[in-house]
Amino acid sequence: MTTSVTEMRTTGFGPALWRALKSFGLLRESWVGMVGVFLVVFWVLVAIFAPLLAPFDPNASIQPFAGLGAVSAKGGTFWLGTDHIGRDILSRIIWGSRTVLIYAPLATFSAYFVGILMGLAAGYRGGWVDDVLSRIADIILSFPVLVLYIIIIATIGASGFNIIIAITFASSPGIMRIVRGLVLDLRNRDYVAAAQTRGESDWRVMLVEILPNARGPLIVDACLRLGYVIITIGVLGFLGLGLPPPDPDWGGMVNETRQMAMAFPHMTLFPCIAISTLILGFNLLADGLREISLRD
Amino acid sequence: MVTLVVKRIGFMIFTMIVVSLILFLLLETDLTGDPAARVLGQFANEEQKELWREQHGYNQPVMLRYVKWLGNFATGNLGESIRFKGPVADVMLPRLWNTVILGFWTFAVMIPLSLILGVLSGMKEGSKLDRSISVFGIITTSVPEFASAVIFSAIFVFTLKWLPGTSSMSGGFEFKQLILPAMVLIVYDFGYVARMTRASMAEVMTSQYIRTAVLKGLPYRSVILKHALRNALIAPFTVIMLQINWLLSGVIVVEFFFAYKGFGALILEASLNNDIALLEACAMVAVCVAVTTQTIADIGYTFLNPRIRFS
Amino acid sequence: MNQDQTPVLVCKDLCISYYTRAGEIPAVVDFSLTVLPGETIGIVGESGCGKSTVAMAIMQYMGANGGIKSGSITFKGRDLTQLSEDQLRRIRGSEIAMIYQEPFASLNPSLKIKTQLMEVPLAHENISKDEARRRAVEMLSDVKLPDPERLMESYPHQLSGGQQQRVVIAMGLLSNPSLLLLDEPTTALDVTVEAGIVKLVADISKKYGTSQIYISHNLGLILETCDRVFVMYSGEVVEEGTIDSLFTWPRHPYTHGLFACIPLPTADKHAAPLKPIRGQLPLPFERPRGCYYHPRCDHFKPGLCDREHIKMEHVEDSAADHRVRCLRYKEIDHHLLKPSDEVKEPIALGKRVLNVDGMKKYYEVRDSSLRALFSGKRIRYVKANEELNFTAQEGETVAIVGESGCGKSTFAKVLMGLESGTDGEVRHKGKDISEVAVRDRSDKQISSLQMVFQNPFDTLNPSHGVGGQLSRVIKKFGGETDKKKIFERVMTLLDTVKLPRDFYYRKPRQLSGGQKQRVGIARAFAGNPSMVIADEPISALDVSVAAAVTELLTDIQREHKTTLLFISHDLSVVRYLADRIVVMYLGHILERGTTEQVFDPPYHPYTEALLSAVPIADPEVTKREIVLEGNLPSAMNPPKGCPFCTRCHRRIGEICDIEMPPDREVVDRHVIKCHIPIEELSKIGPVIIVPDESERIHATKSE
Repeated sequence: MTTSVTEMRTTGFGPALWRALKSFGLLRESWVGMVGVFLVVFWVLVAIFAPLLAPFDPNASIQPFAGLGAVSAKGGTFWLGTDHIGRDILSRIIWGSRTVLIYAPLATFSAYFVGILMGLAAGYRGGWVDDVLSRIADIILSFPVLVLYIIIIATIGASGFNIIIAITFASSPGIMRIVRGLVLDLRNRDYVAAAQTRGESDWRVMLVEILPNARGPLIVDACLRLGYVIITIGVLGFLGLGLPPPDPDWGGMVNETRQMAMAFPHMTLFPCIAISTLILGFNLLADGLREISLRD
Repeated sequence: MVTLVVKRIGFMIFTMIVVSLILFLLLETDLTGDPAARVLGQFANEEQKELWREQHGYNQPVMLRYVKWLGNFATGNLGESIRFKGPVADVMLPRLWNTVILGFWTFAVMIPLSLILGVLSGMKEGSKLDRSISVFGIITTSVPEFASAVIFSAIFVFTLKWLPGTSSMSGGFEFKQLILPAMVLIVYDFGYVARMTRASMAEVMTSQYIRTAVLKGLPYRSVILKHALRNALIAPFTVIMLQINWLLSGVIVVEFFFAYKGFGALILEASLNNDIALLEACAMVAVCVAVTTQTIADIGYTFLNPRIRFS
Repeated sequence: MNQDQTPVLVCKDLCISYYTRAGEIPAVVDFSLTVLPGETIGIVGESGCGKSTVAMAIMQYMGANGGIKSGSITFKGRDLTQLSEDQLRRIRGSEIAMIYQEPFASLNPSLKIKTQLMEVPLAHENISKDEARRRAVEMLSDVKLPDPERLMESYPHQLSGGQQQRVVIAMGLLSNPSLLLLDEPTTALDVTVEAGIVKLVADISKKYGTSQIYISHNLGLILETCDRVFVMYSGEVVEEGTIDSLFTWPRHPYTHGLFACIPLPTADKHAAPLKPIRGQLPLPFERPRGCYYHPRCDHFKPGLCDREHIKMEHVEDSAADHRVRCLRYKEIDHHLLKPSDEVKEPIALGKRVLNVDGMKKYYEVRDSSLRALFSGKRIRYVKANEELNFTAQEGETVAIVGESGCGKSTFAKVLMGLESGTDGEVRHKGKDISEVAVRDRSDKQISSLQMVFQNPFDTLNPSHGVGGQLSRVIKKFGGETDKKKIFERVMTLLDTVKLPRDFYYRKPRQLSGGQKQRVGIARAFAGNPSMVIADEPISALDVSVAAAVTELLTDIQREHKTTLLFISHDLSVVRYLADRIVVMYLGHILERGTTEQVFDPPYHPYTEALLSAVPIADPEVTKREIVLEGNLPSAMNPPKGCPFCTRCHRRIGEICDIEMPPDREVVDRHVIKCHIPIEELSKIGPVIIVPDESERIHATKSE
């Protein structure tokens, strides 16, 4: 396990990420951001190497109600115990990180794709396009967000794909507002006028001249939003509206075992810690990035 | 100013009507699946479904049904709850009241706490106090409500045994049972409000008019209280009003976890049990509350800001 | 200025540093200054020279990362650097007051004017609220604000920029301070408004005997307001002296350089062009050894100027206390050096390129208030341009002059096809383009009509490299697709604007303002345009940089025979650059003609006021003082008759308010839009009187 982690640092993906972060100046400048990077990288690595790291099959019933550090009859230790139907909690947490780190970025990305397009159109074109898009956004945002999820999931059913759709639907208006605000500011810059007086197409102006300059605030927002999306996925799982069982999902794990929390707190506590640290990672990263962006 | 208020209220009504239309289309038409199947379950046969449709008037034209539905809504006839076997209004109102109580205590603690912390950290940006409050706020907002509910239960219920683990109020209202749910809500949300307040305060503190105030030789207290706060608290006002919208989400998780008989738990139950009439009513109420507070927030913002008030 | 008066303020050997992550940055080095009672001291210098830092140090308001390293600031016998926060508080606002660059940002947006004024005496003196209020009202009328009682109840955003600045000045004077610091108090204001504020500031020192420190980048303003002047360069004072001695006979090469960069009335773009200072201001932590100015100095002597830090020295033969920080000032005979030894060929004007005929541009503004809904007047028009008529020839420089909101930028937008004209014609090379949006123009049309933008920090896209941005233009206009050829073309472009070739690989944030503006010029000239519109291209630049950019622009123009449409608010630059001038006010052309015609009588009264408002950094030039009253009317609600009638000092009667004045032709193509007959206007003498070369004092000065 340890070797695989060190290997990561020296080959391929690891150093590239390292360099990317270094170029942000993150490493030296913000310890808050560094802790965030550490937490996020930790969980990403856990998710990537889940098959190697997990001691047991996450869905296999082995030995119900085992406590922390109990030793399995068939060999191996349940470091974090097992749940009520005998599944190893550590393995479920490790595999659960995959679920969350696949669906959350996908959902965020999809929300950003829609939100950026809407925001660019509303901010750059203005006029009735802006009016219509802004009204739609206002209406969607006027729903209490969880009520909206419940209604959507109630009508289209719970599945990974539907969760992505629901999150895209509910978050893209917020992203649109941010993008729109940035575009309204950026579109009055002289370099945009220069591109316009050169006869560049609207698409080029929006995507090449405007969007790259909005990236700072958007990256910070994306980190924060990724945290929110993870919360949302967790909450939906917790409310029983998330991914269908039996695949491990942190929120779902809490939901399944919370009735037994009185007697076996470890069943609920560890998934909660897992999800909280991952969200914390993204939030700290966002804070670090913002701090740095404000400095220069 | 008057124009703005009238416009804002007009938009509020427009939003409510659009939302009702969306709800109707989603839950009462075939757009997202057969409502009969949703109510009767997927194992009902075609005859049963047809009978149900006939009984409940689902065979009428869609527009006519919508108008009727809206009319019923407006006159307070919210239909029958399948799950609770009674009129929706009778089920919903006591639940709503319970949530108001929970929300009141949450806000009563959270608002002063987050405003004070936000102002303190914004006053001296980058100071140790500021950094501590910021990091503490980030940590608390990073823990989802269900997770902090689990963690607090582990501490206060199982370990210290100070507080009850459920808040069903089965033996009548007991304030003690309200503490954990409120605490979870406060801890999750205060960080956000504090951070918004801090940002607003910090921005004001670096503004040139604060420099002017200092260089006029005003006492520091007067610089903060008279010049800074007045401008710095305009933005948090809107943020706080919008937290009512957020609270309607938060109570769903908390009430579900602590078995508190409130409005949030009711929405969830309605959805899990396919209690369409109840779900519609709850969703409409939630949206109406949210839209109304947003309207108040917007109008209040313009009223607080002389730049808009006199233009 | 009595010699034996005790000074109000003495700064001695002051060194101020900022401490950042990059280390210590010395902002001000070895700064000494004495202010006598009633005296006005000017501090002049380009951005980054440390002049504002001095003001903040006197106020002891340096922020968390600034600090006084050594030296003392003694105010009336007390060292300000040693005082506690509470002792400072008693001095701030009561004994030393400050006026700021941006009046709007300096006033609290959510407090009424009365609150902000009254709290000053209430904080410092033991007086009643009624007394404070009475004084505030009195002070408002003292700073010549109309209707002070109503103003007291207003919020800052309800006032115009000039009014706001008067309120800030009133605020500063309320406790009758002994010292007033003015940090670029008119930079954010229009010229005619500036003139009023300058006059007010000058009157203050006369009336109250307040000492002042006036900080500005504008030598002309310093000349008009101050008794003594300090010239700063890169954190230190390089020369100080009385206005008379310094302006008539500057000793330091940098001061000389500055004067050679300013388009004085004596400069001429062909016969006596501006002479920019070469090189760049060194960054505070990259200052050279010895004289900070030596890498840019024409009189640099190796082994002398680059050794030790140079001390201020009393100029031997000056009667007044004139000091200079130069080892060679005695050897340099500035009189032998003409401002510039270059002589440039005048451009021969070609055929007409631009023909603006009755061009109008109205904006529709939808009024959505309830009142408008009921009265049915939902759509109102903002007349940004009204009946514009003028022409431009090949190789000609036409300047459009006016204050903010006069419609000059709107016209540029119509010309560029970003907006479409409402009526009339704009013919470029014979084709009407006023209603052709840029996307409907052919590549050739687009490339032959290009623009240089105002804000150097905005003109380049910060996300893309310099090379990429220039390549894109060449790809777009040159139809070039071969990467190598494009690269070659970019290289030649960089040569043309006198930038090093390796700038190809730079990002805009690595460039200084002047360099960015050069890239912006390269971009405009990439497609060999027949006409370039320059919208205030140098107004955001420092004088020495502005001179270089101005010269570059004229050189390229000369070479390409480009028509230059120069939009500006600065009449001194315009006089230097333009062949023809169009004076605009509230969307109307009030006067147009050749530069000589516009600068000599007969004038339109507005032109007259504008000319009078421009500060000129030449003590021998005399001006007639005309200070306009009131504010620029809103374009939403312009006056019915002559647009200028509300502020005109030559208003002849009701006709001005009711009837639009006729265009009166003085001679061919010199037109004045005024009710006053030309014969009357011709009787008015010139505003600016420039003495002949022979009458100049300095001709006889080398005693």
